[in-house]
Amino acid sequence: MSGYEEQEYTKNIDVRMWIKIIKMMSRYRREMILLTISMILLSLTDTMYPRMNKYAIDTFIAEGDFNGFPVFVAIYMLLIASSTFFIYYFIRLSGKLESFVVYLMRQIGFNRLQELSFSYYDKTPVGWIMARMTSDAQRIGDIISWGLQDLIYGFAFMIFILINMFTINVKLSLIIVAVFPVLVVVSFYFQKIILKNHRAVRKFNSKITGAYNEGINGARTTKALTREELNFGEFKELSGGMRKASIRAAVISSIYTPIVIALGSVSVGLILWFGGVEYQNALISFGTFSVFIAYAIQIYEPVQQIAGVFSEFQSAQAAAERTIQLIETEPDIVDKEEIIAVYGDSVNPKPENWPPINGEIEFKHVDFNYKTGEKVLEDFNLHVKAGERIALVGETGAGKSTIVNLICRFYEPTGGQILIDGVDYRERSQIWLRSNLGYVLQTPHLFSGTVAENIRYAKMDATDEEVREAAKTVRAYDFIMNLGNGFDTEVGEGGNRLSTGQRQLVSFARAIIANPRIFVLDEATSSVDTETERMIQQAVDIVLSGRTSFIVAHRLSTIRSCDRILLIHDGKIMEAGNHKQLIKLRGAYYNLYTNQFMQEAENRILNERF
Amino acid sequence: MTPSLIIRFTVDSVLDNQPVQAPGFVIRFIESMGGTTVLSRNIWICSITVVTAQALNGVFAFIRGKCTATGSANIARHLKDTLYDHLQHMPYNYHVKAQTGDLIQRCTSDVETVRRFLDGQMVEMFRTIFIVTFSMIIMSNINGFLTLMSLLLIPFIFLFSFFYFKKIRAAFTLVDEKEGELQAALQENLSGVRVVRAFGRERYEVDKFENKSSQFRDLNLKLIGHMAKFWGLSDGLCFVQVGIVLMLGIYLVTKGELSLGSLIVFYTYVSMFVFPLRQLARVLSDMGRMGVSMGRIYEIINTPAETDTPGAQAYPLAGDIVFNNVSFGYDKDKPVLNKLSFTIKQGETIAILGGTGSGKSTIMHLLLRLYDYTDGSITINGHELRDVEKNHLRSHVGMVLQEPFLYSKTIEENLLMARHDATHDDIVTATRTAAVHEVIEEFESRYDTLVGEKGVTLSGGQKQRVAIARTLLRDSDVLIFDDSLSAVDTETDAKIRFALKQRRKGVTTFIISQRITTLMQADRIFVIENGSLADSGTHDELLSREGLYKRVWNIQNMLEDEFESEVTA
Repeated sequence: MSGYEEQEYTKNIDVRMWIKIIKMMSRYRREMILLTISMILLSLTDTMYPRMNKYAIDTFIAEGDFNGFPVFVAIYMLLIASSTFFIYYFIRLSGKLESFVVYLMRQIGFNRLQELSFSYYDKTPVGWIMARMTSDAQRIGDIISWGLQDLIYGFAFMIFILINMFTINVKLSLIIVAVFPVLVVVSFYFQKIILKNHRAVRKFNSKITGAYNEGINGARTTKALTREELNFGEFKELSGGMRKASIRAAVISSIYTPIVIALGSVSVGLILWFGGVEYQNALISFGTFSVFIAYAIQIYEPVQQIAGVFSEFQSAQAAAERTIQLIETEPDIVDKEEIIAVYGDSVNPKPENWPPINGEIEFKHVDFNYKTGEKVLEDFNLHVKAGERIALVGETGAGKSTIVNLICRFYEPTGGQILIDGVDYRERSQIWLRSNLGYVLQTPHLFSGTVAENIRYAKMDATDEEVREAAKTVRAYDFIMNLGNGFDTEVGEGGNRLSTGQRQLVSFARAIIANPRIFVLDEATSSVDTETERMIQQAVDIVLSGRTSFIVAHRLSTIRSCDRILLIHDGKIMEAGNHKQLIKLRGAYYNLYTNQFMQEAENRILNERF
Repeated sequence: MTPSLIIRFTVDSVLDNQPVQAPGFVIRFIESMGGTTVLSRNIWICSITVVTAQALNGVFAFIRGKCTATGSANIARHLKDTLYDHLQHMPYNYHVKAQTGDLIQRCTSDVETVRRFLDGQMVEMFRTIFIVTFSMIIMSNINGFLTLMSLLLIPFIFLFSFFYFKKIRAAFTLVDEKEGELQAALQENLSGVRVVRAFGRERYEVDKFENKSSQFRDLNLKLIGHMAKFWGLSDGLCFVQVGIVLMLGIYLVTKGELSLGSLIVFYTYVSMFVFPLRQLARVLSDMGRMGVSMGRIYEIINTPAETDTPGAQAYPLAGDIVFNNVSFGYDKDKPVLNKLSFTIKQGETIAILGGTGSGKSTIMHLLLRLYDYTDGSITINGHELRDVEKNHLRSHVGMVLQEPFLYSKTIEENLLMARHDATHDDIVTATRTAAVHEVIEEFESRYDTLVGEKGVTLSGGQKQRVAIARTLLRDSDVLIFDDSLSAVDTETDAKIRFALKQRRKGVTTFIISQRITTLMQADRIFVIENGSLADSGTHDELLSREGLYKRVWNIQNMLEDEFESEVTA
């Protein structure tokens, strides 16, 4: 539900952070400068219209002098043409700036996400990251392009009007300027309130979305508990709250606009009065009089605009802060520079410099605790020969997954060393280790795309023949050929068009296609039907033979086939040996697995087809 | 619009001493005040009038804003309430198949589209039409020719806007779709982050994302290109229209056919209505969208909800349960239950054993009438289930689902959902029975601990136990545990069953499980195979004959043998 929640906003404008963002945008300097220039020119054009009218009234009407009329028409048309052009041009530029800024933020963010360690993903919900990369990035793009443009236009327009006014008539200008401060204060005050109310509406909106989510997902429970009426009552409170908030927001907006218009009409009224008297006394021309009436109305627009942009900036700031926070998070696991120089990194690997791997692994006095402070391993020692098959068993939370994650270098030991072929793995690059690593997850994750694309994921340059061979090796070939389009069948999002068993087999094929020396398997606990179970079992046997392998095991048959079984309890090896030795011991392993075995056997009998 | 007329009056009659052009009562009023000469000496009166008129205008604008906002907010709320209520009363089956994301979108963004149309666009539409009509009337009273000229480009502007907005809408849909793809790509990368890392495919992922992201960017650029052309050209056209009026107006003024004030009126009015007219075209091109949203909303509302059989009553339900020749299938041609018959005495505990898909859960769904049985009869306490009010039935037959749903509220609130007037003692009694009281007490905020993403994530077993406690809070005549102890370890399972036994008197209980130890102490055990009752009896009775139950039970012994042989081999 938290994915729907509206975040809180900060109060003041943090200039330093905006400078950071502007710096990031430095490659679009040209666009920004062009945008500024075109906005200034556009505002200049826009302020010219009243002046043109003044000229027309004073020259053509008052004096009846039509000599300049063709020129006047030409200039007028030119003005319209330049308005048209600048409007077109600034929208293009702003749009370009917006699109590229959003694109850039997402690129930077995505690259960073590929580097960040699992400790980051452990504590950051996917929904949070999604929001930063989508709506927040968009927000920054919008404010940098359209917000900036509004700001430039607003200021330039105001300045040009002031210049025009003061060059025509100082006294009348001062009258208009007198009402000005009131307007500025009112505008900023209202924009702030309007924004606040909009947030309140959005907050209700996200709550309502959450309520729908819960109402729909929990509908079956609701029925069993006959909670329909009470739930509806709670929902009505929310929808009523939203109703109230949105009316409130609308009412405040509809107070603000009339107030601005009324304030504008005060200026107009004053100009009418003072200007009228001056005109009667022939102190000013009628053209001057009319141009001031026009300016008195026009000058109110940019103030509203600027006030709006400022409050937008305030709300976009929170978005920017969170995105910057994501971008600036430092990954925990990084290769040393001298190692990257030799081995390359994930973006530019240099496989020609990689030493071959044998597959001997040693944990030497390894300590590990998660960032939260939770201690998982302490002085953990283990030596695994190349090609040995190790089963890790034990209760949830005993530390099995941690050991496996340490081998994959998803986490690094907080104390001690992990040696691969006798060398601390931190002395070699992550990409080197991972390219020699086969990895199958408890719940296999496939990417949307075809079966072949998924298998090829571990070896991008694999030929069709290799893909087929890999599938044959894990006995996935037959079922794949039975899918609609064989290897070109789309697997759907997360592989959801395949059954769990099929997904597992594809992920096995994926794991072995690159022929890794080290294999890590986190076995699934969920039960699949007997036939699939048998197929997976066979696949596991084939896949693991001849490789150093670690299995977080749940099925007896898998465990039995391992060279060494480690019963992990509280981050320590409690019992170790092969299946027979451990059964003889009649200890924790025996107890754990008599229970497990019973369940498996019961399920098997119950789900047999007669 | 009046302020412009007052300005015109001031300019023409007060300052220029031309005859007053106004309805009779206005002229009489002005003359009774002393005529234009008085005003020309006191122009401030005109100023005050302008300000007052504008202020009045503001008041009306405010009233209009408030009314439309209230109206549209009320309608939106009504729609949301109706949708929520309706969704809750949809049959069980609907929710089994429901696509949450799609439903939520209909209930929120589609309702929002409708609201926005009612709030902004519709009112704006009427306002524009109103302004145009009134401007026309006033303008044509002043000068017919110039009025006609004011409308010269309007059809072009209107058609241009209408068609361009259709184009923009199409481009917008493309951008929207791409954005969806981009989000899906991101989501997939984030949820598959382990796989990406394990295979060192960061580079590939970056390229893939870059590809989508740049496609989105380019489509967005294209959309903005359309918009730039539209706004640029249509603004240009609008300015030209205003320019035409100005030029012709100047000409007419110099020829003496138009007063200066009237020119200002024309100029102001034309500027005032050309831009909204362009907007009007946009609203019209948007109408289709709102129709689509309405359609999507009504698709939900028009799906029939659950109803009671006419004449259904709230009969007392403490009594025997009788199934007589009950048949049922989720699909017509695939029967799940086949002429099932049995009788259960009030207060009996019945355990049900069966494989996946054997139909054991279906029996319970029928008992709660989450699905309707088609053949045969089911009676409780002698009353046919069909004739019992559904709400009454469900509040007296408590069922704990296999995958219970906890609301993102505190534990206590979740428990109170079953019976909102329960005291804390009632709650603790229930949680003790469900062997979850100690677990809850260990949480930092105990019963006030938030459940779900924002709070504590409960394990499957803990969730099941909270759900059991929740159901126990209610005084049910029948209790159903639909495999709801599956994630609880054997020891706790035994504890819960013992506590249940202590507590229930006269409560008929069903326990469904695949775990034989959970079942063996029941009064009777039903073995369900292929939708029929294959066998029933007590533990000892079932062990005395060959069958599924005995085979499952024998595993215990088989296990010992197998290990012995392995160790000695």
